Amino acid sequence: MRYKARQSILFIVALLFLFPLLSLCQVPQRVPKPDFQTDYIQPDLLTPTPRATAFEYMDIVVLVVALFLATYFAHKQRSRRNIFLLMVFSLAYFGFYRNGCVCPIGAIQNVTYALFNPAYAIPVFVVIFFVLPLVLALFYGRTFCAAVCPLGMIQDAVVLKPTKVPGWLANVLSVLPYIYLGLAVLFAATGAGFIICQYDPFIGFFRFGADFNMVIFGMSMLLLGTVVARPYCRFLCPYGVLLNWMSRLSKRHVGITPDECNNCRLCEESCPFGAIKKPDEAALPANREAEVKKLAFILVLLPIVVFGSGWVGSRLEIPLSRLHATVSLAEEILLENSGQRTELTDKTKAFRASGKPTEELYAEASAIQHEFKVGGWILGGFIGLILCLKLINLFMRRRQLEYDVDKGTCLSCGRCFAYCPYEQVRLGIITPKEAEEMVSKEVRIKQFRA
Amino acid sequence: MADKTSKKPLDRRDFIRKSLHAVAGLTAGGLAGILFSKSSSEEMVWQLDPNICIQCEKCSVNCVLPQSAVKCVHSYSMCGYCDLCSGYLQPGTKVRDTGAESQLCPSGAIKRTFVEDPYFEYTIDEKLCVGCGKCVKGCNSFGNGSLYLQARHDRCLNCNQCSIARRCPSQAWKRVPASRPYILKGDEKKRIF
Repeated sequence: MRYKARQSILFIVALLFLFPLLSLCQVPQRVPKPDFQTDYIQPDLLTPTPRATAFEYMDIVVLVVALFLATYFAHKQRSRRNIFLLMVFSLAYFGFYRNGCVCPIGAIQNVTYALFNPAYAIPVFVVIFFVLPLVLALFYGRTFCAAVCPLGMIQDAVVLKPTKVPGWLANVLSVLPYIYLGLAVLFAATGAGFIICQYDPFIGFFRFGADFNMVIFGMSMLLLGTVVARPYCRFLCPYGVLLNWMSRLSKRHVGITPDECNNCRLCEESCPFGAIKKPDEAALPANREAEVKKLAFILVLLPIVVFGSGWVGSRLEIPLSRLHATVSLAEEILLENSGQRTELTDKTKAFRASGKPTEELYAEASAIQHEFKVGGWILGGFIGLILCLKLINLFMRRRQLEYDVDKGTCLSCGRCFAYCPYEQVRLGIITPKEAEEMVSKEVRIKQFRA
Repeated sequence: MADKTSKKPLDRRDFIRKSLHAVAGLTAGGLAGILFSKSSSEEMVWQLDPNICIQCEKCSVNCVLPQSAVKCVHSYSMCGYCDLCSGYLQPGTKVRDTGAESQLCPSGAIKRTFVEDPYFEYTIDEKLCVGCGKCVKGCNSFGNGSLYLQARHDRCLNCNQCSIARRCPSQAWKRVPASRPYILKGDEKKRIF
């Protein structure tokens, strides 16, 4: 009996403890739910679904077909006109119809984010968008840039009077895409945001709406694009870096002439992107020993430059990490808690309302800062390495005997084709004899000038 | 050196090119393989968590669309159908009517209809709603919190980097699977079209 009584007391005590807990589980409703007397029916909440995944697969089909056609037009047909028509279609579809998202350029960040954040499941179609143009470039060059990329297209449409960028300036500017790529990967890996999308100058045109600053940036890019052809593609595009690497190793690449180059120089000024390599006999190393010495010097310098710029990168830890939301929040909270700032911001109010312990936030922030430090070392080292490779490229001139495209920077746009007399023969516009005359005339002029 | 003795003359430069080509191909293929193993067939879309949202009004101005894709939604199952609705009426207003001066909503997007004494139904006209969240704040402060903000996916362009998300002070925005694109409040019966 005594045992039973004790049991029931325990039961009641347990209930007393449980009741407050039960009330905690319920959603607090300040106003009770009305008990309607009339036959009022509560309306449903409409939840319109996002664009169906099936459409994403349609995008992939369009991408594959467009890539195939671009390659076919550039390699087989060698038709600038068809490339241009495809370009108009791509601009309309990927740009204005699909509003520019997701593009392979932005997909760099999704890919990085997926590699560093196990929680993020990258959609399959984004992976395909990222990989397909790269694999294609490995075999046929940058035909993606020629007629599929909407960002390239909008710039290509405004190339009115392209001027030549001086060699030294082009060399300096060509480092920018590497820095941009490195920063984009760093920011995506640490979860600070997708800067390529954030600072995409043309997406505002596709969506008919953007920040004021971004509209200005986009407009000035397009204005600049009238005299400097495709400035974003050449001096900023981070995906262009990857395509450049792949395209250099491409199995087949478009050439200026369908035949053999005769050094007639007719195509010399035809490329608005400065992607035509000229024959340069003076570049042949006169003194091999001196060249080897130069190379050895750069190779000795390489680890020092890589380490030095890595160190500089790691020093950027603080300013770069401030761009991460968690780090900047932690800094603001620290300022407020130490009494250096009295007014609360939306950010800190939201954090204080969430009830998260401050120590936890600080720990998270310092972990992110550490990631930025490691990332800064890698980013700096990478840029140092690129600088050294560029130097080697500058000093080590290759034997170049005829006019040819620079496989890395050539966008396969097909502008130069029609300048070649042999191409005109192929098209049946002129006879082979006329072509020979044109060539010999040009060669004569060249000799005269020399 | 070994190339010279082999039967097929393979240029040193050619050999380097070919091996680099293979390395690049393998890297691209390997990367694709790793990514496919981490991927899902589903798309991710942006949504804001109404439980973290502080109604700072940034949603209404930071969307890339001319009219924000964020709208107020109403959880009818949580609503108290109050006559004195703190989400609908200006605080301190004397008369409880549908006059513009007594409404809290700057664009008059909430419709108040009489159901039965003393209950009123509130519906949101999404065409008019600007997603500022003033009504959400009002409802949260004195009511049940049945009004809340959500990105409406018939409008949202699903930018790769949501321009609202990166300016959200409470970090309430996240990527959610496209099959469950809303973070709803209350045990909502939902209809999908």
